[in-house]
This record gives sequence, C-alpha cells and structure tokens, in this order.
Amino acid sequence: MADRDIAKEDAIHPGRPVVVSRYNLGARINHWITAASLILLALSGLAFFHPSLFFLTGLFGGGQDARAIHPWIGVVLFFSFAGLFIRFWRANLPEKSDKAWLAHANDMITGNEEKMPEVGRYNPIQKFNFWVMAILIIALILTGFAIWDQYFFDWTTIPQKRIAVLIHSLAAVALICIWIVHVYAAIWARGTLSAMTRGSVTGGWAWKHHRRWLKELAERHRVKKPAAPAE
Amino acid sequence: MEPSPHTATSNPPVAATAANLSERDLVRRSASSVPPPARQLEPVAKLIDVSKCIGCKACQSACIEWNDTNPAIETNVGVYENPHDLTPDMFTLMRFTEWDNPQTGNLEWLIRKDGCMHCEDPGCLKACPAPGAIVQYSNGIVDFVHENCIGCGYCIKGCPFNIPRISKVDHTAYKCTLCSDRVSVGQGPACAKACPTHAISFGTKEDMKTLANSRIEDLKSRGYENAGLYDPPGVGGTHVMYVLHHNDQPEIYSNLPRDPRISPVVNAWKGMAKYLGFAAMGLAAAAGVLHSAFVSPNRVSSEDEEKAEDLVKEKT
Repeated sequence: MADRDIAKEDAIHPGRPVVVSRYNLGARINHWITAASLILLALSGLAFFHPSLFFLTGLFGGGQDARAIHPWIGVVLFFSFAGLFIRFWRANLPEKSDKAWLAHANDMITGNEEKMPEVGRYNPIQKFNFWVMAILIIALILTGFAIWDQYFFDWTTIPQKRIAVLIHSLAAVALICIWIVHVYAAIWARGTLSAMTRGSVTGGWAWKHHRRWLKELAERHRVKKPAAPAE
Repeated sequence: MEPSPHTATSNPPVAATAANLSERDLVRRSASSVPPPARQLEPVAKLIDVSKCIGCKACQSACIEWNDTNPAIETNVGVYENPHDLTPDMFTLMRFTEWDNPQTGNLEWLIRKDGCMHCEDPGCLKACPAPGAIVQYSNGIVDFVHENCIGCGYCIKGCPFNIPRISKVDHTAYKCTLCSDRVSVGQGPACAKACPTHAISFGTKEDMKTLANSRIEDLKSRGYENAGLYDPPGVGGTHVMYVLHHNDQPEIYSNLPRDPRISPVVNAWKGMAKYLGFAAMGLAAAAGVLHSAFVSPNRVSSEDEEKAEDLVKEKT
C-alpha cells in the first residue's frame, strides 16, 4: 500500500536543508501544458458563456478564431491531463487513513496542520481535486465532441446537443472552481510552488505536509549521496 | 404605427425607396441590449396556405435567385425533396408527405414549405453568444448578421424548428431572412412573389390572419373540419404562419412541431446555469480572499527543516 505513494522520480538529497525531488522534468512540462491549456480554455469558454465576457474572444483573434480553436485546446488538455493521470493516479487512490485526516480537515483550513495525521504523497483534499478534475475533464471532452459541430455535427441529435452544452457549461464552471482551490492551496501552503517549478521541495515542507511520504522515502533508502562540497 | 407592405402581390414601388429597417428598429439583439426602438413598425407575416401548394418549388427557385445561393446538385434517392434538407445555401424547402387519411381512406399529398418561422420569441437569438449576430426588428423579422456570427452553432440548439445551418465555407449561420432586404423597401419576399397559386402571401400579420380565416372557413365548408391557422403560442406566435387543413395534427406535415417552445434545457443553460456559474466561481474566489485574510500563510518552520534533516541523517 505504501509503495504506491512513491513515484520513480522521488528522492531525498541530504543537506541543509534537505531537498526532496517530487516532480521530474517530464511531469512538470506535462503539468504546465495542462495548466496553460486549462487557462486558455477557461478564457475562450467564458467568452461564450456570458455576453459580458465575450470581449475575451479578442485574446484569440476574434469570435470566429476563438470558436475554432477552443475545441482543439480541449483536445490538448485531454491528452495532457491523461498524461498526468497516468503519472499520479496510484498515489491518489483513497486509503483508510484519509478518513481520519478528513475528520481533522478543519485544522488544516484553520492553519493547525500539526494536529493532523501524517499524510502520504497527497492529502485527501488533493486527491479529491485530482479525481474531480479527471471526471470533469472526461465529461467536458465527451460533451465537447457533441457540440463540436464543425466536424461532429452528425454524431448527435439536436436535443442531445442541448443537454451536452448545458452539462459542458456546468462542468466547466465546476472545473474553474476546483482550479481556484488548487491554485490557492499551492500559493497558501508556502514552499509548494517549487515542486512544479524546480521539481523539488525542502525536507521541512515534506515533513510538515507529507510526512509519511518523506518517512517512506527515507525508509526505502531513496537517499542520494550529497554532491561533494565545492572546495 | 409605421405602415408595412400589405401584400406581396400588389405592385411594388418603382421609385427608389429608403430602407425602413435600421439599427433603430431593433427590438432584440443577441448577447447585448438595444434601446427601445423609436418607432414601432407594423408586424408583418408570411402566410403559407398548405392547401393551395402544388409543390412546384418556384419558391425555392426564387429564394435561390434572390439570395444568390448555389445549393449543391445532389443525387436522386427517390423522394421529392430537393435538396434533401435545408442547407446553408437553401433557406426554404418543400417537404413532401404521403399521408393515408384514416377517416376517408384517401391518400393525401401534404406539402409544407419549410424554413425559418420568425418566432416572436426566437430561440436562436436567445442562445446566440455573439453580440449582434442575431437581431429582431420591430416588424417581427429575425435576421442573422453574418459579420458578427462566430459559427458556434448555438442558434441550432436554440431553434425549436431545426432551421439554421452553418456554412462550411464562411463558418456562419444561414436561414431565411424573410427577405428583410426586400421587405425594408416595400417589396414582398421573393418566394411569395414567385408562387403561382398564391399559396404564399405576405403582408401585415393582421391582414394575414384575416386572410387565413377566410381560407379556413372555405376549407371547413369543403369538409376539412380541423382546418386552422398554425401560429404557435409557445414561441409567442410566428411571423411565418401556415394554414393547415389538418391543424389538429401538425406533425403529419413532415413533423411540424405540435407545441414548439424554446427547450427547457436551453432556458436552463441560458438562465440558471449563468447565475449558478457566476455565483459558484465568485464564491470560490471569495473563499480564497477571505481565507487569506483570516488565516496566515502556511509556512514551513526551521524546526520542520531540522526534523527532516534528523530523519534523513538517521537513515543514512
């Protein structure tokens, strides 16, 4: 059960402070392609969602171009997220200890994290975000094909298209909300962003937020010798 | 009320006439609002008397000629419809039905000229996300403005009659304009001008209702006791109306909807979903702002770093 918490790239680099590799270059590129396409999709999609935001189509060269490119960015997002899903799904599987953690979720939100049970690679809120994002993206791509009239008009009937466009807009709103939580949490928990920029976090960050993951890494001797100090 | 032309068969004005449909005459504009129009044009309507139609397709030819479209030449598959459906190049289509009347045992050939109904409450306009791509004039004409159209196909989802078609050439939506360019200078629609049996009439909506009543009376006297006017209230009435000899069962005329209305799904999408969506996104953002105001950032302390260092030392 524990080993699914450790990804191939995870490793401890002793030093002061200890540095822990969390995301390798592939995972980071994968993540940022997903992030960029999600933001572009939100901007172009919101433009069609409400007239007050139609001006956003200007970012894409006008309404026609925004309409044409939005579904293609959606395809990029789908495959890009699929890459993340393959990388992270095992570490995001729910486990028994999640329940105890969630019972203390209030302590997390109010900033009393030290009272909480130890966490593996991901905490239950991160896991929830992961699975909800996966479900929403699947819903969005399926309903998206149903309303991608330029190529797939004949695949669905008009009543089906109406339902698809309603689900598509609601799922998109839900995804934007989840995205807000995701971004806020990454900024609020200081020291998190470096995981997706440099690919590593400090030992203290891992100790504080994902202690069981750090302990498992240490236990499994995923410790790389520190580089020889520069003379 | 500003007068509108009274009949398509009257001789049109020969002197140059200024167009009477302008931006000032808009009562609705998609994804945007318009000031109340300065004047109210008399509502117009096209009346299609199905009982007088002989299926000659002169209306289709006139439509093609006036709008300068080029419907593709298709393959004969043994039906009378030509082309097989409305297309971005064919704004009106004769639909043919062979109907076995169970009461009389007669085979009736039902021919319905399909095309935009120019709803008083247009679902296409409601669904359209592009400002000014669909407009409604105070005389009732619903028109597509191609330079504002983005080709998303939302109008197709909004329409209760399955009318708009998106062009694969310029990626904008097309449908019958009720010849707004002709009507605005006092001429009737091209189809009405071309109809050899006067099955298509054009004039004010009031006049057309009066004409319809006389036709319905005539049809009833000839044994069509269910003859009636198709002016569906579910979409606020339409500016293209039918006289049907079997108005009690409009669906026998190539699935003319019995009670067309904007789909509740479209209403939910264009109403509830927008408010719910903005509320949800706003709440998520507000929760972030409030949280950051009341809870200080979650920082890693130097003790945490030391603990990690100790743990790693222990294991190496």
